[in-house]
Amino acid sequence: MNEILNGIVKALQLIFSGDPTFYGIVFRSLLFSGLATILAAVWALPTAMLLSLKNFPGKSIIKGFFTAMIGIPTVALGLFLWFLLYNDGPLGSLGLLYTPGAIILGEALLVTPLIVSIETQTIEAVDPEMMNLARTLGASDSQASIAILKEAINGIAFSNAAGFNRAIAELGVALMVGGNLAGFTDVLTTNISTFNARADWSMAIALAIILLVIVFGVNLIIVIAKNPRVLLTMGKMPE
Amino acid sequence: MMVLAELRNLMKRFGERTVLNDITLQIQEGEILGLLGPNGSGKTTLLKILAFLLKPNAGKITFRGETVTEKNLERMRLESTMVFQKTMLFNTSVYNSVAYGLRIRKVPKNKIDEKVSKALKLVRLEGFEKRQAKKLSGGEQQRVALARALVLKTKLLLLDEPTANLDPKNASIIEEVIATANRELETTIVMATHNMFQAKNLPHRIALMQEGRITEVGTSTEIFGRLSKTLASFATVENTFSGIAEVSEDGIMLLDIGNDVQIVASGQSSGKVSVFISPEDIILSKMRIASSARNILEGKIVEIIDLGSIVRLKVDVGKPFTVQITKRSFNEMELNLNSNVFLTFKASSVHPV
Repeated sequence: MNEILNGIVKALQLIFSGDPTFYGIVFRSLLFSGLATILAAVWALPTAMLLSLKNFPGKSIIKGFFTAMIGIPTVALGLFLWFLLYNDGPLGSLGLLYTPGAIILGEALLVTPLIVSIETQTIEAVDPEMMNLARTLGASDSQASIAILKEAINGIAFSNAAGFNRAIAELGVALMVGGNLAGFTDVLTTNISTFNARADWSMAIALAIILLVIVFGVNLIIVIAKNPRVLLTMGKMPE
Repeated sequence: MMVLAELRNLMKRFGERTVLNDITLQIQEGEILGLLGPNGSGKTTLLKILAFLLKPNAGKITFRGETVTEKNLERMRLESTMVFQKTMLFNTSVYNSVAYGLRIRKVPKNKIDEKVSKALKLVRLEGFEKRQAKKLSGGEQQRVALARALVLKTKLLLLDEPTANLDPKNASIIEEVIATANRELETTIVMATHNMFQAKNLPHRIALMQEGRITEVGTSTEIFGRLSKTLASFATVENTFSGIAEVSEDGIMLLDIGNDVQIVASGQSSGKVSVFISPEDIILSKMRIASSARNILEGKIVEIIDLGSIVRLKVDVGKPFTVQITKRSFNEMELNLNSNVFLTFKASSVHPV
């Protein structure tokens, strides 16, 4: 028990000391997960719009596939990607294995089903007549689609936040295709695992605290952005 | 009068179901045309075709002398706008809601300010610009929707049951705005309604619709004067009753509508007569109320339809009456199915059709 308490104290010292190794890990985590989420958002939004606003054969199967893939184990996806990216693999010539690019690509693929599913549901929840409303006010089809997206903006923001949180908190993909190379591809989760294995609990706990702060912080920003008045009513009993 | 739009042999199917069949209709510039028919008769689909939101499966549409095709559809939409029965508003301020179509048309900001302000004044919502549209009452929301369409000054304005879910005060404001828009802005209006009283008073001409077909077109005097078969069969659902009228010695018209139900009306007709009582004109109470109204009928609630801020009730007094009250009244009166209630309305609220 003492070791854990000591670990927490040392962790707090580490956080406030500005240790370059420690903050390097935090920076890489934010960068890789952030870029992975942006990459996923780029292809997830058009996919969600297609799935929610257009009708075509096999649509429900594709929607079902994305929903099922939300829970894919990260190590399974990491293993699959490793086989794709290793030297003799189909994409081995790209030389991506054990680089930040592999982590970013892997995490983008990991969070895509989550983002697509939430965005599809959010856009579908907007009254289908909204499209006709925008059209009858003179909007072209693309302007009407933008009007629908504006109505669904809260859900879209939430889906990307959820995607970012899944990306930054995952271990399997980063470990298997990133390789946990110190100062190059090591991130919060891979380091928590490694430092724990080495019984260096102060570093493991410090990194875990930062990971939790980031995950909760992102959610808090989304809540506040959705309704800034929440800041004024915090701590008050609901009426 | 110039013809603004012309529909020829229009047919519309949704899957296997034919919802419009062989519709031929001319809409004259500057008129208010009422589409009168029961639910499911194809009124909304016809309005959506006129708004160029739906394409017919067969037939031809001409708008201002130009045949409507896939190529000119988006341009045509700029000249015809529709207000839907279910009020739909973007999640933004009243100003942004009303300004939406003007921004699409790239109207300069100062002009937008001026036009939005005028449109809000027309629907009696001056000073509402900064309010959140979705936080307004049901009636105010529908007035924002109407302002949002009127501000565009399109050649054709299509209204789908514009007062269906509204309280009498908001309904009468909307009716006034419709009449003003037609008279002063010279907007051609096509409005769907199943309110007999509205159909009789507001439109210049009426097209009766039933089962996807237009069965009759004429002025309201012609249509109501003839009391066509379609109108009579449709009327059974909306507080319209037929019976034998007698004028008593003191000059009161007493109409026996069957099942021991008698209605006092203010006319002087006798013999076979049909009358309509607007659901908004009927006062509903749990106790018999003493008033100058000549008609007090006792019955039981047999159907409750929640329309948001308004509740529509069907009350069986021997004949089914439709009554419309606010949700607040409904809750305060603790009404339920089979509640015993009294309906009170004036003889002058009984309109011969």
